[in-house]
Amino acid sequence: MKITLTLNGNKHQVDVEPRHTLTDVIRDACGYTGTHLGCEHGVCGACTIIVDGEAIRACLMFAIQADGRTIRTIEGLAQGNTLHPLQEAFVKHHALQCGYCTPGFLMLATHALEKNPDITDAELQDVLSSNLCRCTGYQNILAAVQDARDTMRTPS
Amino acid sequence: MNKQPGQYFGQPLQRLEDQPLVRGQGCFAADISFPYQLHMRVVRSDHAHGRILSIDTSAAAALPGVVAIWTADDVADIPPIDFREGSVEKLAPFRQHILAQGKVRYVGDPVAVVFATDAYLAEDAADLVRVDIEELVPLLSADDAPQEFSPGLLTEATICSQGYGDVEAAFKQAHAIVELDLSIGRHTGVPLETRGAIGRYDAARDVLELHGAAKVPHRNRESLAKMLSRSTTSLHLYEGHVGGGFGVRGEIYPEDVLVLVAALRFNRPVKWIEDRREHLMATNHSRQQHHRIRAAVDANGLLLGIENEVWHDQGAYIRTHGTRIADMTCGILPYPYKVPAYQADLHFRLTNKTPAATYRAPGRYEANFVRERLLDAIAIRLGLSRIEVRRRNLIRQEEMPYEAPLMALGEHIVLDSGDYEGLLDKSLASIKCVELEAEVAARKANGELVGLGLAMFVEKSGLGPTDGARINVDSSGTVEVVTGGASVGQGFETVMAQVCAETLGVAYTKIRVVHGRTDRIEYGIGAHASRATVMTANATREAALLVRKKALTVAAELLQTPEDQLDIANGIVFRPSQPQGPSISLGEIAQRLRPLSPNRGDHIPGLCAEGWFNTDHQVYPYGVFIALARIDPGTGAVIVERIQIAYEIGRAINPMLVKGQIMGGFAQGLGGALLEEFRYDDRGQPLCLTFADYLMPTLLDVPPVEILLCEDAPSPCNPLGIKGAGESGIAAAGAVIASAVEDALGLPGVIRSLPITPHMIKDILRKSSGTPVEMCP
Repeated sequence: MKITLTLNGNKHQVDVEPRHTLTDVIRDACGYTGTHLGCEHGVCGACTIIVDGEAIRACLMFAIQADGRTIRTIEGLAQGNTLHPLQEAFVKHHALQCGYCTPGFLMLATHALEKNPDITDAELQDVLSSNLCRCTGYQNILAAVQDARDTMRTPS
Repeated sequence: MNKQPGQYFGQPLQRLEDQPLVRGQGCFAADISFPYQLHMRVVRSDHAHGRILSIDTSAAAALPGVVAIWTADDVADIPPIDFREGSVEKLAPFRQHILAQGKVRYVGDPVAVVFATDAYLAEDAADLVRVDIEELVPLLSADDAPQEFSPGLLTEATICSQGYGDVEAAFKQAHAIVELDLSIGRHTGVPLETRGAIGRYDAARDVLELHGAAKVPHRNRESLAKMLSRSTTSLHLYEGHVGGGFGVRGEIYPEDVLVLVAALRFNRPVKWIEDRREHLMATNHSRQQHHRIRAAVDANGLLLGIENEVWHDQGAYIRTHGTRIADMTCGILPYPYKVPAYQADLHFRLTNKTPAATYRAPGRYEANFVRERLLDAIAIRLGLSRIEVRRRNLIRQEEMPYEAPLMALGEHIVLDSGDYEGLLDKSLASIKCVELEAEVAARKANGELVGLGLAMFVEKSGLGPTDGARINVDSSGTVEVVTGGASVGQGFETVMAQVCAETLGVAYTKIRVVHGRTDRIEYGIGAHASRATVMTANATREAALLVRKKALTVAAELLQTPEDQLDIANGIVFRPSQPQGPSISLGEIAQRLRPLSPNRGDHIPGLCAEGWFNTDHQVYPYGVFIALARIDPGTGAVIVERIQIAYEIGRAINPMLVKGQIMGGFAQGLGGALLEEFRYDDRGQPLCLTFADYLMPTLLDVPPVEILLCEDAPSPCNPLGIKGAGESGIAAAGAVIASAVEDALGLPGVIRSLPITPHMIKDILRKSSGTPVEMCP
């Protein structure tokens, strides 16, 4: 069946089977391979994207459920050459090693900071504990998100 | 050797790798696709042990889009997967065929493969393959009596033994004998990216390609070429981004071979991406060992001798490492302590579980847990503090280099340099041990179950003997460093760039580092055993020195200045005594060295060089872990409140990345100590095939890691003085957490196995009399 996804501002008309997951369609039919699959059962969060303003795990959503909806993935985070403050902070704080979980963490954190720019450290820890990273031991991810939160809050 | 940090060397510089990764522009295995590709799906055994009676592929083959289905008969011409370090006759019968022949030996054993035009379709077809298996009784513990593996062969494949000195005499003269029965659970690396392999045959060039390679592409090319009877020059491996390695990713598995054979036979690209359930039953497990260790000590707590019998649970087949983990366990176990007499005998036994192989700090995570438990037990037995008993037994600085009569990775162990007691003291001072002990005592008096743990260890790193690198400067001044190293996310490119930048005199951002590609360089050691930095960085330095020399020679002619009055900075050759004077860029020199350049003179074309680094010995970094842990008596959960890791690294090329390695390693080690375990039911069915059952640490489980990075004992084994860091954060994590938990419980000798689960703690608390015994501080 034919569905339309608005992905990072671009409309994609794709022909999918009802059983196709949103991740597979975003990656294989639309070419946005920055969204990664880590477990395909909703635990690791590597596939976290933002659908209609909510952070979701794209492995647990069928593409047809996203028909007509607005989707943001990691590829839409930077503005051209300018990185998003979260991306900047991840680089600065060495918050990634292999980088496989990074898109999921960035989208999770983007959603958390957009929803509540004044999110507390404790609340951040709670949010970020929902995704898995196997390389960093998490502390640098936490430091990066805290730093980005503080940067984004400061009126420029 | 210059101990001062340079402009690039020793600086916590941002990584060159990060830009594509934070933008979602990485190229991981699943991101690689070729036109007209087929998708492969593996049909795996549902039984832990059984005889294959029949495989019916008819229903699957009837699905439109299914191109072929293979069983063992279809790949009977392919030999089993060999050991990387060469054939070992005794172990050869235990190697794994790429599809099970006659018998299945673990749940997950590949019995058939389906090739189809679509990944979903391949999975549908795989579900329709009917495998009829006559179930046999599985062997699920290395403690149980060995069974027949095949006619005339027992599941005890071999016994690995190492030892020296008169152990019997040591025990005869002992003041006390301390004996422990210890075990380490089955767990493994579990990178966030599952495995993936894409085979492609380019008939036009007669080149077979494997994409999705990792860890040891060059070594794997040799093995694969042998298996497929191809020349190495007509087989190439390509490493893209790798979503974590940890030892398990990048070994040769059946699926890597299958995609290559299929690509050749179908003359179409063949893509296989592992799913997580498969990963947890198919990718190497690790760690599971049972130790029965005895120590003879004198009245002062000095070790007289150690005797250790080990049962190693290898799983269903012997994979690419052979018995290396077993050998390492036995070889590294005594250190950093002086043990006058030692004997270790390890039963290397096969069971009906997923095959085991290396996981970050293989053999050391296990041995460190066992040895440090032993030291704690000796302290308790003799009424000494845990610090004092260690201090008395440490190998002294003046005994360095310390030639140990044991082997690790096929080499005699020579502890190259170090001041173990010095690091212990630094470590205790840094965490303010006296105050911390008082604080813990006060909390204990207040009824809290809180305790301190201490663990020391010696790591090994930088296995040689040789690695090379090639450096070329193009006419834009961009420097390309071609290495045979590999990147599994550790920051390899940045580190190589820093070494090249410092040596050659260019900005590190002007350097492109190539790795993991057999078509760019003939040899390479890859990334394993914490050797990439030691070996490849030193090779990069050698090559950079040669390029620098050539650049200065040519510049001296062009600038009509003696060579020794020139220097290079930011890619410009100039005269330091005359900074505003004539200068020339490396790009211009490269331009003048082009083959057709009229200015080339007699120089060999190109501003390029190849450098080699050779070493006879591994280097042995070391460290001290101190942990503060609390037990929640209600849930039985262990909370690691503080962890300090002191680590002697010789010299840190990029301290930020070293600390990253230590922090990440510790998180994994904490997982193995408290959460992660592959459990099986009594029929050999794996019980941990999702992330809801195989628990890995989240942000809430891992405390900030306090790191004391020391550069007091540069290695004499290489010009940069460096030692590796990749496995340091995990090495003694199990050991230190066990020590802290036992102290918190106040019940000597109760922590005998990992992982320490809430269930285990609750059980201990229930069984204890309710009045915890005071442990010695």
